[in-house]
Amino acid sequence: MTDRGIEPVLQTSDLPPRYGTQTKESWIPTLFIVIALIFLALVLYIPAINVFYEAFHKGLGPFLHNLSEPNFQYAVRMTVALAAIAVPLNTIFGLCTAWALANKHFRGRTLLLSIIDLPFAISPVVAGLMIMLLYGRQGWFGAWLIEHNIKIVFAFPAMMLATAFVSMPFVAREVIPVLEEEGTSQEEAAYTLGATPWQTFWRVTAPNIRWGLLYGVLLTNARAMGEFGAVSVVSGNIMGQTQSLPLFVEEAYKSYNTEAAYAASVLLALLAVVTLVLKEILERRTGRGAKKIH
Amino acid sequence: MFGYLAFMLFLPTAAMLTKSLTLKPAEFWQIATSAIALSTYNVTFTTSLLAALIDGVFGVLIAWVLVRYRFPFRKLIDASIDLPFALPTAVAGLTLATVYSDQGWIGSLLAPLGIKIAFTRFGVGLAMMFISLPFVVRTVQPVLMQMEQETEEAAWSLGASPWQTFWRVLLPPLFPAILTGIALGFSRAVGEYGSTVIVSSNTPFKDLIAPVLIFQRLEQYDYAGATVIGMVLLMISLFMLLVINFIQAWGKRYDG
Repeated sequence: MTDRGIEPVLQTSDLPPRYGTQTKESWIPTLFIVIALIFLALVLYIPAINVFYEAFHKGLGPFLHNLSEPNFQYAVRMTVALAAIAVPLNTIFGLCTAWALANKHFRGRTLLLSIIDLPFAISPVVAGLMIMLLYGRQGWFGAWLIEHNIKIVFAFPAMMLATAFVSMPFVAREVIPVLEEEGTSQEEAAYTLGATPWQTFWRVTAPNIRWGLLYGVLLTNARAMGEFGAVSVVSGNIMGQTQSLPLFVEEAYKSYNTEAAYAASVLLALLAVVTLVLKEILERRTGRGAKKIH
Repeated sequence: MFGYLAFMLFLPTAAMLTKSLTLKPAEFWQIATSAIALSTYNVTFTTSLLAALIDGVFGVLIAWVLVRYRFPFRKLIDASIDLPFALPTAVAGLTLATVYSDQGWIGSLLAPLGIKIAFTRFGVGLAMMFISLPFVVRTVQPVLMQMEQETEEAAWSLGASPWQTFWRVLLPPLFPAILTGIALGFSRAVGEYGSTVIVSSNTPFKDLIAPVLIFQRLEQYDYAGATVIGMVLLMISLFMLLVINFIQAWGKRYDG
């Protein structure tokens, strides 16, 4: 305590400038963390919590009542059916694309990769519009479809096409980097040892890519079940006929049936939570340091 | 694979192109530049740009905090950044419209100040901020993780102020990633429909956005009108894709 007078002398003359910034460092991280959290709370967390609050604040009874509505149950079945077709289709397509493009070098490869990503760049409403222009009454196949009495637009087939369109690139996007990282040496070794292409795929390639593939399937499913814009354009949104769960949410909200809208939203929010949890687990499995954008 | 790609992607695109070609250029131009169309571009693009820029600032801050600091629930917060990817957009629009309406948790606090968010352009911007945020955080985060903290410490020990360190040492290598994130967020926000249609009042010349106008044209069976505005949006999307590729190629100079 007696040497107290020395400190200011040291601070002004002998210590590097960093000394000054170090004392500031103690509050700068706290300030940054607080600002980041406030922003996240306003944009993400409060709205997310609100979904559950609105659905349950009148108790479990009204919530369960909303879940038992026939139109709601129809919408759930519709959403599951859409995903059940779109996800396997896009998984097979993604695998084929990844197999055709990874570890290969040819002219136009980069262009092809960008083309596969197009469904992410195109507005969902424009995607829906394109489907209308193909299969709608005035569309390319419109007259032929009416003649043969095949219903695509304002019916399940168009909704399925729209769902498959917007969720198309996920699997290819996740599997291509895994394949490129692994290289081709293991497959080549399998071939020289006499394995057939089929055996090579199942015994060598599939075990290598399985987590990346699952990751892609997970994202495909989340998008397929949650898609609103594209499906909304082509569905005609007829309650109990062409209404998927996200469409049900909007319809219920617009007709001032907020409780039903939130009951359906809780289901979709749970889907989101499950997706995020599985995603986290898969990211650890694949040993991914940083998260990726999709 | 090419069959699927042709059926799912090329065929629909071709249908839209031929539809737009059936219109005379003068007709196309007239619809594309009608007063209502121009107002929707204005609302869509300026709001998307502002939303992407705000996300740019806060996204970088969030990425920084997540990479450099250790605090409780960091992992949980990190995982929650992807919520806008996983949460269906209709749900996002619904809950934002409730929370930021006059009676909502946050909207009711702002209403006495005369600030209205839901059912105005601010609401549209907020929904765009919501859906675009992960793009910025997830592009900046990996670059930040690769950067060595020693570089900043070197700058400090050589006498640079925190401000100088930020502008001269930290920002240059991060810049391509930040721009990419903002561009990705912007192009996502421009095309967004689900969350914005619910949180907006869709009043023409006020908060009506281009994707909603396409939808309304289709509802009126005005396929030509929908196609023209759709083409404008499609061109913007393709242009943004080029811009993003360009920024990424430019950013690679730091990799060597």
